[in-house]
Amino acid sequence: MAKVLMKGNEAIAEAALRAGSRFYSGYPITPQTEILEYLSWRMPEVGGEVVQTESELSGINMLLGAASAGARAFTSTSGPGFSLMQEGLSYIVAADLPLVVINVMREGSGLGNIGASQGDYWQMTRGGGHGDYRMIVLAPANVQESANLISDAFDLAEKYMHPVLIASDAAIGQMVEGVELPEFKDHDINKFDFAVRGCKKGDRPRSIQNIYFLDDQYEDHLREKYATITKNEQRWESLYVDDADIVLVAYGISSRMCKEAVRAARDQGIKLGLIRLITLWPFPENAFKEVNPNVLGYLTVEMSTLGQIADDVRLATQCNKPVSSFGSMMALPESDGIIEKALEMMKEARQ
Amino acid sequence: MKCSVPASVKYDHTFCQGCAQGIVNRLIGEIMEELGTTEKLIVTTDVACGAMNVDFWDFDTIVGAHGRPIPTATGVRKVRKDCLSLAHLGDGAAYNIGMAETMHAAIRDDDVMALVLNNCVFAMTGGQTSATTMLGQRTTTSVKGRKKSVEGSPFHVEKALGDMDIAYLARGSVDSVAAIRKTKKYLKKAFEKHKNHEGFCLVEILTPCPTNWGLSPVDSMKRIREQVIPEFPVGEFIDRGGNE
Amino acid sequence: MAKTEIICAGFGGQGVLVTGLIIANAAMEDDKEILWYPSYGVEMRGGTANCNVKISDEEIASPFVKEADIVIALNEASVTKFEPRVKPGGYLFVNSSTVKHRDYRDDIHVYEIPASDIAYESENPRGTNVVVLGALAKTTGLFDPDYLRESIDSFFLKKGKNNPKNAVCFNKGAEYFD
Repeated sequence: MAKVLMKGNEAIAEAALRAGSRFYSGYPITPQTEILEYLSWRMPEVGGEVVQTESELSGINMLLGAASAGARAFTSTSGPGFSLMQEGLSYIVAADLPLVVINVMREGSGLGNIGASQGDYWQMTRGGGHGDYRMIVLAPANVQESANLISDAFDLAEKYMHPVLIASDAAIGQMVEGVELPEFKDHDINKFDFAVRGCKKGDRPRSIQNIYFLDDQYEDHLREKYATITKNEQRWESLYVDDADIVLVAYGISSRMCKEAVRAARDQGIKLGLIRLITLWPFPENAFKEVNPNVLGYLTVEMSTLGQIADDVRLATQCNKPVSSFGSMMALPESDGIIEKALEMMKEARQ
Repeated sequence: MKCSVPASVKYDHTFCQGCAQGIVNRLIGEIMEELGTTEKLIVTTDVACGAMNVDFWDFDTIVGAHGRPIPTATGVRKVRKDCLSLAHLGDGAAYNIGMAETMHAAIRDDDVMALVLNNCVFAMTGGQTSATTMLGQRTTTSVKGRKKSVEGSPFHVEKALGDMDIAYLARGSVDSVAAIRKTKKYLKKAFEKHKNHEGFCLVEILTPCPTNWGLSPVDSMKRIREQVIPEFPVGEFIDRGGNE
Repeated sequence: MAKTEIICAGFGGQGVLVTGLIIANAAMEDDKEILWYPSYGVEMRGGTANCNVKISDEEIASPFVKEADIVIALNEASVTKFEPRVKPGGYLFVNSSTVKHRDYRDDIHVYEIPASDIAYESENPRGTNVVVLGALAKTTGLFDPDYLRESIDSFFLKKGKNNPKNAVCFNKGAEYFD
């Protein structure tokens, strides 16, 4: 299929339809509103429905219903709206329901601003709502990957009966790039027996529950589910980790700047490498096993003031190398700055 | 007269003595049999006492989040248009925490049906003041009785939604056989409209909560008759008729 | 050019965002890596709007443009804001129908063209940006003029809009700097 020009937000919306989704409920919030706008006319063309709800709280609970009934349902939001969805997400995890939520990150906390940022890493990878859970998080770095990952997100959600998050950001959501759209897939709403559809006489009624005290095996099930996801679903892309002195660690928009920095540094004889996280949870610990043992340290590059990935890198490397962070919640890290910071780290490590 | 009970409802429930959930369940079961939709009903309950019903019904069910059964039931109906999708909730869920959801289901005229059991208290958590607690009614959070100057006046759904463009709005009671029969008529009409995709239908039923009212089952029914109905009139408020 | 960075700016409603998309589309169909990025948020019709376009033989990293090879400025405010951000030796296209002549930097190529007047005279009042694209193709070497003109037509045709006057405007823009 030929490439078409599409905004990240629109490409992800179109790709969701092509992955068989026919239900979306959401609320306008910059910088992801194009998803709702696009679907409001596009979804009816393919026989689906969109509801613009009164809040993200209502929207996520409407999705809970659609997912309970077996549909491939999804929504999208940003920062403040994502916070409002945490109630629903916590329930959806508890009910073992598959669905997909796209968070097109903006600056925060609070109202923050509408510019690109990556401050929701902790919220997305640690749970975000009340209780004892995590969710699979996929982080695209361009428009094509946004379109590709949404289909994977639905597949993973159904494989593990668990919600999956897409961690996009304002830059990737707003940018237009050439994209090859995936082919249309059908989704059979009756594919899974869990889905409520009306109980035939004499059958055992289906019930989508979110309470834990009924089944004493449930904790074992949960432990196994999270362990299996951690073992099987780590995704990443590595560049030059076999000989790098400093390995950059980044995802999304920041990882593009890191790629540029790695190329520019290599041209100058500076040995930088990159681990680009594609799953944020499960964190790709296995990527760090491939790094050469003489690496001097790791530099996380992210649009965050506090450097949210750094702790996960420390855990993945058992704190055996220095880990630093570079970035700002408001400004995209520049490749010059990344190289400069990496050189500083090299100097310190060699002293 | 042949007396039979609908097979879709169980009678060994665990509600408090004098609770009317059993009565309402029987009405739902009878109506489903009469409409031939027993195998098509999906009920989304709230988290409170009503959630226990999932063990007493032979319907497919979802236990929603507190105050959110209406949007959840809408989500079900959007993707399974051949099913009936009922949101089952109490006054606290529909008129306190879920007021935005109730209002906007009505504003959008969502293709969904809501059944609100109004007993004028938060029952599951032990009898706190709700939007429909009567003035002067003592609760664990208004120990001297609800005061207009503190908690405002009771909320009336027929005043809030009465002029809205929705398919059906009615309030019934269960304080007598006659009242139950009338309530069944309202409920059945709502289910029929819902079956025909006519728009948002809300039926409120005045129910007793002897446990939190501190009254016997019999006195609770008497209270509904003498105090609650004068405050919350029963009847049909909106009956739009036909598909819009 | 292996890597070209472009800013298109003007009033919202002047078609600046579309101008950028036309350039991006022409480059994409020429098998280049492209990236288009809008200023977004508070600007609606009548306010200032701008977008960035990047064209490259290699993967593109940032969506943002600090210094541009080419700036298309369709109103006064855009000239003021973006002239300083043209790279030395770069190009600035000014819509002289709406922007009074001023003294420009002497280390850049400045092309002033009454694009709105030309579009209006061609009975294609929304064709201001197409006039400028004609001038751009003629002067910068970024695209072959014939290729870009056809690409513009196919861009609008894909949106179900066939406007033969675009080609007229484009040619007039190109001829203006003969």
